[in-house]
Amino acid sequence: MQDTLNYTLKDFKSESEVRWCPGCGDHAVLNAVQKAMANLGIRHEDFAVISGIGCSSRFPYYMSTFGFHTIHGRAAAIASGVKCANPKLTVWEITGDGDALAIGGNHFIHAIRRNIDLNIILFNNKIYGLTKGQYSPTTDRGFVTKTSPMGTIEDPFVPGQLVLGAGGSFFARCVDNNLKHSQEIFEEAAKFKGTSVVEVLQNCVIFNDGIHETISDPKTREERQIFLKHGEPMIFGNNRDKGIVLEKGKLRVVQIGENGVNAEDVLVHDAMDQDGFLHQSLINMKYPDFPVAMGVIRAVPSKVYNEAMEAQIVEAKSKSKISSVDQLLSSGNTWRVE
Amino acid sequence: MSIETKVIELEEVSIRFSGDSGDGMQLTGTLFSDTSSLLGNDISTFPDYPSEIRAPQGTVAGVSGFQIQFGNKKVSTPGDLAHVLVAMNPAAVKANAKFMMPGGTIFYDSDSFTQKNFEKAKFKTDDPFTELNLLDFKKVPVPITQLTRESLIDLEIDNKSILRSKNMFALGLICWVFSRPLDYIETYLTKKFGKKPLVLESNLKVLHAGYNYAWNLQHMTPRYVVHPAPIEKGLYRNINGNQATAWGLLAASEKAGLELFIGSYPITPATEVLQALAERKDLGVKSFQAEDEIAGICTSIGAAFAGDLAVTSTSGPGFALKSEALGLSVIAELPLVVVNVQRGGPSTGLPTKTEQSDLLQTLYGRNGESPVVVIAASTPSDCFHYAYMSAKIALERMVPVVLLTDGFLGNGTEPWKVPTMAELPSITPRIAKDAATFKPYQRDPKTLAREWAFPGMEGFQHRIGGLEKDEAGNVSHDPANHQLMCEIRRDKVEAVANMLPPLEVVGESTGDLLVVGWGGTLGHLDTAVREQQANGAKISLAHFNYIKPLPSNTAEVFANYKKIVVCELNLGQFVGYLRDKMPQFKYSQFNKVQGLPFTIHELSAQFLKLIEE
Repeated sequence: MQDTLNYTLKDFKSESEVRWCPGCGDHAVLNAVQKAMANLGIRHEDFAVISGIGCSSRFPYYMSTFGFHTIHGRAAAIASGVKCANPKLTVWEITGDGDALAIGGNHFIHAIRRNIDLNIILFNNKIYGLTKGQYSPTTDRGFVTKTSPMGTIEDPFVPGQLVLGAGGSFFARCVDNNLKHSQEIFEEAAKFKGTSVVEVLQNCVIFNDGIHETISDPKTREERQIFLKHGEPMIFGNNRDKGIVLEKGKLRVVQIGENGVNAEDVLVHDAMDQDGFLHQSLINMKYPDFPVAMGVIRAVPSKVYNEAMEAQIVEAKSKSKISSVDQLLSSGNTWRVE
Repeated sequence: MSIETKVIELEEVSIRFSGDSGDGMQLTGTLFSDTSSLLGNDISTFPDYPSEIRAPQGTVAGVSGFQIQFGNKKVSTPGDLAHVLVAMNPAAVKANAKFMMPGGTIFYDSDSFTQKNFEKAKFKTDDPFTELNLLDFKKVPVPITQLTRESLIDLEIDNKSILRSKNMFALGLICWVFSRPLDYIETYLTKKFGKKPLVLESNLKVLHAGYNYAWNLQHMTPRYVVHPAPIEKGLYRNINGNQATAWGLLAASEKAGLELFIGSYPITPATEVLQALAERKDLGVKSFQAEDEIAGICTSIGAAFAGDLAVTSTSGPGFALKSEALGLSVIAELPLVVVNVQRGGPSTGLPTKTEQSDLLQTLYGRNGESPVVVIAASTPSDCFHYAYMSAKIALERMVPVVLLTDGFLGNGTEPWKVPTMAELPSITPRIAKDAATFKPYQRDPKTLAREWAFPGMEGFQHRIGGLEKDEAGNVSHDPANHQLMCEIRRDKVEAVANMLPPLEVVGESTGDLLVVGWGGTLGHLDTAVREQQANGAKISLAHFNYIKPLPSNTAEVFANYKKIVVCELNLGQFVGYLRDKMPQFKYSQFNKVQGLPFTIHELSAQFLKLIEE
């Protein structure tokens, strides 16, 4: 069947005019998602794209798939219902840092805890864009916005930490302006069984322009980001001469070939390690002390909620004497009045 | 004590089992009512329990009660006042004194009538009966604790387990008093404790000990006889409202050919709806215990989008949390059933008590012009029918439907003549068929219902959401379109009236007084109205199950009476709605918000007053 599905990006574009601001990072993510979907070998009608509220949540309107633009913070719950109702569907949730981590924080962590087979694309621009520039749960402490004129007085969430804390099995990170890499990551997220969370570092050109620029600039990208791949050494840099090592329980950047450090000393990325310790350390790496970790940081095969739900139903059906409502109604303690 | 041996023949009798919330009174009451149903009595029950799982032992706050009325004719209520009280401690006497019929009988565990327990129940003296002015009651002291202990002397069981089986002694005793055989209870216990032979043996021993004790003491125990009620032929079972609701939804899903999804969060007194459906994985039910009330409705909305019969269940506070999402299902025009088992409010209010105070919240409690269909069940067993109809209307008209029941219906039980699936009306979900002409908000011209197409259906790909749309499903901020869509959504709900049965009255179609009620008060209103009719009053009852829209003949019915009184367990919500919808009539109102059902007595007094005025 897969052979007959020769989709291209165009097959996933809707007729609606895309209304994000010119230069917004969302345009690139839309493209990457559409390309990823075209490559997956899944029937077009089996995609459902669910979003909450926020700039990024307009996403479903720009897709030609089934789509549902819902209410603020609730996309994870609604997507969970869609997937459980019809597990054959490939369900994508489009959300932002405010939608998923502030008003929808509870649904976000519980979807992850259950490990429902969803692909959550979390657009993180560290600002509220649709309401025009207030701080979000990922805004850095001290950052001045319209609702924090003297700077925020709270520390931000690190999305990956929340995913790990909720027992998450898949976490990846990419940057909006790296389309090819984003597309790869989205495909991996879609193929993973369970809740996949992809944090996209996304630029809000109007209210938070350049917030990720220090690390996202293509000119310095290779020096400031590290692209992790399962089974490959953690090496980065323009000359691929820097690596990550574990020393006294902490990560450290080393120059390969200096101070007796060889390429073999560099950590090899194990995304499938059940223990989240190293994943946590990788998620926490910040520039300038470290490169920022990109790619699939964690992908641990785990029990999937919707599969277990189906299995219980199959088991109950095979064991029960009741297979219709008529049988149910006349089961147990009944009596006949003649 | 001057108690004579006698056999009292009654048409109906009401018994209240009462003790500490750990004394097993709910089970005792349930087993007794099931036994009575099997004997052919009509029954109605009412559990009355505190919101604390185990309030301090021996205190009035910790008293848990279960009232059952059974009779040889139709029984519509658990009875205003109890003929017989079984009290396991002094606090139970105190808590129930006001619910006792003058001259009734009180069986009490005399072992528990100690100084310590008098103090716990805050009696000022060591004579609770005098203190509560219960002197003209028959009081039968039974050393229940002691006798339970003695009957188990040969078994090696701990003191805690001995005390736990005291309720079986009381049950055995009452079974003799009311001439009930023990075989049903024995079967139940054998099934429940089959794997724990010691527990089974001790429970059976104590049960028989209680029965034999009453038999031995018959010279001082009044014995009651209630003959079987003449009821329609058929297969019967006892059912409570929550279970009936769950089963009605199951029947609808089977009839509609759709899988049933329930996303829900536990809340008293609605939890059992979720539990009853979670038990039915054998019928394919997908039950999802959500992280909160909002996720409960949102997962259901997701399931409705994906093509399931989607349901969420809750009570007042949870309903409030669901309101934004309910608005989403209004604008997205998805079929959804929301069950609200009402309880005393506002806020946490009286979680375990009954009330009808969520009507206005249900009708109006959302942002924007946000109409939903509102239906109310009126007896424990008709929750089945109205849950079924809620699903039918939601699926055929693409609209969210709120089913209102309440704690009284949800927990109350009655015998129910079991229907067959073949008897139930058809359900035809509006599943789209032609991809070439499909538009998400294209409508049936008569019902205004849109078509339903869900993910997986080839060629029907489309987007919906919370933003206002035009017919093609495109987001539209056009002013005229918004007004049009608001009016359409309103008219679509109003158009449901054409599939509803006309409003019928109990009694003559004209008269001096029309009693109007809705939902769970039917049993009490019906009994009180019939009582006045028997006295020759020109009084009728119009009881509503369909609240929004109202049955189309409502104004016609109202026009034929000199006076209208609207009775409800709130401060006047339905009457306010009727004044708004049909201002041409003058309404008087009778309201009660005590967390308790009406009593026949207070209703009758009110009706008489209105007729005589």
